[in-house]
Amino acid sequence: MTELEARLRALRPRHRAFVPYLMAGASPRWLDHLDALVAAGADAIEVGLPFSDPMMDGPVIQEAALRALAAGTTLETVAHALGARDLGVPLIAMTYYNVLYHLGLERAATVLAAAGIGGAIVPDLPLEELAPWHEASAAAGLATVLLVAPSTPRERAAQLARASEGFVYATARMAVTGRSEEAGDAPRVVAAVRAAVDTPVYVGIGISTPAQAAAAVQFADGAIVGSTLVAQVLADDDPASLEIAASTFRAAIG
Amino acid sequence: MTPQAMGPPDASGRFGDFGGRFVPEALMPACQELEQAFRTAWADPGFHDEFTQVLAQFGGRPTPVTPLERLSDHLGLRVFAKREDLAHTGSHKLNNVVGQALLTRRMGKTRIIAETGAGQHGVATATAAARFGLDCTVFMGEVDTVRQELNVFRMELLGATVVPVRSGSRTLKDAVNEALREWVTCVDDTHYCLGSVMGPHPFPWMVREFQSVIGIEAAAQLRALGVEDPDVVVACVGGGSNAAGVFAGFADGPSRLVGVEARGGSAVAFGAPGVLHGMRSLLLQDDHGQITEAESISAGLDYPGIGPEHAHLAAVGRAEYYPVGDEEVIDALRLLSELEGIIPALETAHAIAWLTREAGQGVPHGATVLVNLSGRGDKDVAQVRQILREGHD
Repeated sequence: MTELEARLRALRPRHRAFVPYLMAGASPRWLDHLDALVAAGADAIEVGLPFSDPMMDGPVIQEAALRALAAGTTLETVAHALGARDLGVPLIAMTYYNVLYHLGLERAATVLAAAGIGGAIVPDLPLEELAPWHEASAAAGLATVLLVAPSTPRERAAQLARASEGFVYATARMAVTGRSEEAGDAPRVVAAVRAAVDTPVYVGIGISTPAQAAAAVQFADGAIVGSTLVAQVLADDDPASLEIAASTFRAAIG
Repeated sequence: MTPQAMGPPDASGRFGDFGGRFVPEALMPACQELEQAFRTAWADPGFHDEFTQVLAQFGGRPTPVTPLERLSDHLGLRVFAKREDLAHTGSHKLNNVVGQALLTRRMGKTRIIAETGAGQHGVATATAAARFGLDCTVFMGEVDTVRQELNVFRMELLGATVVPVRSGSRTLKDAVNEALREWVTCVDDTHYCLGSVMGPHPFPWMVREFQSVIGIEAAAQLRALGVEDPDVVVACVGGGSNAAGVFAGFADGPSRLVGVEARGGSAVAFGAPGVLHGMRSLLLQDDHGQITEAESISAGLDYPGIGPEHAHLAAVGRAEYYPVGDEEVIDALRLLSELEGIIPALETAHAIAWLTREAGQGVPHGATVLVNLSGRGDKDVAQVRQILREGHD
């Protein structure tokens, strides 16, 4: 079992996980934003590494990626900025395959692990293409988290759930990241995962209100909140404002 | 039996080291469904009959091969043109779109979405959507909606909705991103009608197969004109669908296969291996794997990658790829217009530009050349007028 999974499993008896997402480098104060998310009670944080062509992201995270790239953010600048900082909660990198591929899979995995990152989510890397990256990530001790979608057939969901490390990312809707009013298919996706594994299952994609987060953790182990918080940072980069916004999700999740 | 130079990809969708299927999990079932539907259809003579019939009755196929006599005299070559500019909608794009529209219907889907650069694929998609009674939405970079305003109107006349894409560089690559994002939300009833030999498996293979009618026809037409194997087969390359289509008719013979890219979008000359839009291929990118913006006079070649099969053909040396600059392209467009009475698309003019440059050099005098005349230039006339006026100021 990866270290990430051990840490996330350890949370489970106590409470449901709140996992916010932040785009590294989107604001010069992004390290302060990480602290704000921890202060608000995040159990783990997804750290976005910007890519020029984020095909699974909606307008908010696209904008954050553009700002981060304009500021010169790269995988290595993020790793360097994180240093050996211990935030007390696990960090999971979220990026697209070309960022890792271009740097070299082994080097990318090593650099991320050395920066204290415990896992990686690479949404454009499906199970069938996973092997080269998985070899590198496993050697570096990084967990590779896989997504299960509402369109995933039940048998494949089981296969993905077994291969996912750290936790299983259950996507609530057939959509890219962004805000939504719809409840989505999360209960069915989570049930398909649970039928196969005991790994923690977190729901993401389309959780934009504290009420949606509260609803998700009725059946899942945690909720991932991205665009709403990223939009908050893009509009107002005061870490205190982010902490307030994140706290409302924490309170709703319990 | 000699292995085919352009055979089917392997089980993972690869041509050599290139291709594959790098898509979000949400799109995996749709890609698998499409692959299955294509395999079944392509093995079904009934599908081929219908495809051929629609291309003939609706698309104007076969398109002729025209000996370009005055250009031949001018260059000291024997040049023939495969006239895709004479196909319905004015380019080769309709071949692929008819194939995908028929598949869409077979899969029981009622809507198609597409990306477009110059607007040729968008117009072709809107045309096929009208013909087959499908709803149609076309994503087009905002920059391109300005450059190709008339094509936007054309698509709207055909009943399609055109969505200007304002993300990233606001050109073709961003239109692909946006179409993929849209597809995630509607895979149940919508087919993504990708316009070139790119994207995730099975698109590069499927689109090449639908376009191979160009090369198969041309080889037979040349034979009828007494040309068994041309010395050179040349075509422009953005993603590379017209080139793949014409190459497919000659890949197993001795002809040199030449793809001509826009200098500012030349993934073979200036790119590196990477993963974008569902495929591993050669891509223009910076030191950190960020995709850089292609820059070309021609919206249709403004793409920072190339189809994976072309990357493979380049890697194994079966095809050659060269960049040409915008100025050579304008000169070539004028040359073909004045000598042959054919105004080619700016994309197509890249192939003519390379031929003009290499005649008597890389292509020896007397050589027999087939140029794929992939599209007509009507859509570019206003832009060319502006460029020529500015040039004379």
